[in-house]
Amino acid sequence: MIVNSVLKGVRVVGDRTLKIVERVGATVAFLGLILVNSATSLKRPSLIVREVYYAGVQSLIIILVSGLFVGMVLGLQGHETLQKYGSEESVGVLVALALVREMGPVVSALLFASRAGSAITAEIGLMKATEQLSAMEMMAVSPVARVVAPRFWGGVLSMPLLALLFSSMGIFGGFVVAVVLIGVDNGAFWSQMQAAVDFRQDVVNGIIKSLVFGVAVSAIATFEGYEAPPTAEGVSGATTRTVVTSSLAILALDLLLTAFMLKGWN
Amino acid sequence: MERSTLNLWVGFFVLLGFGAFLMLAFKVGNLSIGASGKTYVVVAHFDNIGQLKERAPVRSAGVLVGRVSSIHFDAVHYNAEVRMSLDEQYHFPTDTSASVLTSGILGEQYIGLDAGGDDKMLKNGDEIKLAQGAMVLERLIGQFLFNKAQDGTTTKGAEK
Repeated sequence: MIVNSVLKGVRVVGDRTLKIVERVGATVAFLGLILVNSATSLKRPSLIVREVYYAGVQSLIIILVSGLFVGMVLGLQGHETLQKYGSEESVGVLVALALVREMGPVVSALLFASRAGSAITAEIGLMKATEQLSAMEMMAVSPVARVVAPRFWGGVLSMPLLALLFSSMGIFGGFVVAVVLIGVDNGAFWSQMQAAVDFRQDVVNGIIKSLVFGVAVSAIATFEGYEAPPTAEGVSGATTRTVVTSSLAILALDLLLTAFMLKGWN
Repeated sequence: MERSTLNLWVGFFVLLGFGAFLMLAFKVGNLSIGASGKTYVVVAHFDNIGQLKERAPVRSAGVLVGRVSSIHFDAVHYNAEVRMSLDEQYHFPTDTSASVLTSGILGEQYIGLDAGGDDKMLKNGDEIKLAQGAMVLERLIGQFLFNKAQDGTTTKGAEK
């Protein structure tokens, strides 16, 4: 009896694990399918421009405002702690490094996943539910090439720009709190920041991270939409899965990338 | 939405992104010193500047009077040539001394000016002759140990 129920439990775990692996594999395979079918949208940039508008421009407000708040909080908290060591001028270094290396790419990717990723999933899922994708196939138009690929590339292009804007806005927020409100020395704030932030090591690595996150979020969002069961529940479930899976993927990839960037590639 | 409006917004977005990139890349290196903006430059040679950075503050009696404008290695005298721009409204005697100091334990380094008693004032391009470099902890400890050891030998000698 007990042995049977234990075996059943183990079987459930195994089943779940295999399903997760299967899902990851299917997403990567779908990413490959998108890349193969990208020629159409790359030849017609106007398709991508439209998606950059919906994924990027419409996320601007949330990214800019969140960046400002995150930077301000970093400035306040950083100043509070650094003050104890008599080096509150270093708050600029803290804010800039935290934003450019980590917070900028990661938080903007999380926001992007919930703001734009979910929208992409819902849109594609609903197109599938209302049989627009099947109609396209009937007309010998590949839905992956015409619908999925432009959304994917729009997301990939928007993500690094949004992360850069998030970081800049955050540094501005940190500046407002530390220099304007608290009264940290303006010159020391910027000079220590300039001395500590390395273009190649910090700024470029941050951009690489946000590019990787852009690919991951866009691939997951389009995959979930494309594979969503063509029902109301199916689309809503797919939208939720996009946000959850993207967030987990972002954080896991961030750990991997950070480890490689800090400790080298070999 | 109309194509031209769409392009306008996306163009705006991309330009904004590149602006952010440039800001992050060059990090606003153009904020100049005090409110008046008019400055004059004086030079000082230090044997060791420690962690002093360009744009570090120059203070006298704790008040910000200028900023370090450039730091170079003087290949003739084998020391550091530090140029600082001082605010036009502050004048210092020619026998003013400059030293590299640290604010707090882990704080930034700055140049402290101690005014002398000369009637003549420093002008643009003048050199501050009395310049004391940064303290290096290892040397300080080394010197301390050396002195301690020397004290030990002298007192032993006295006992005998």
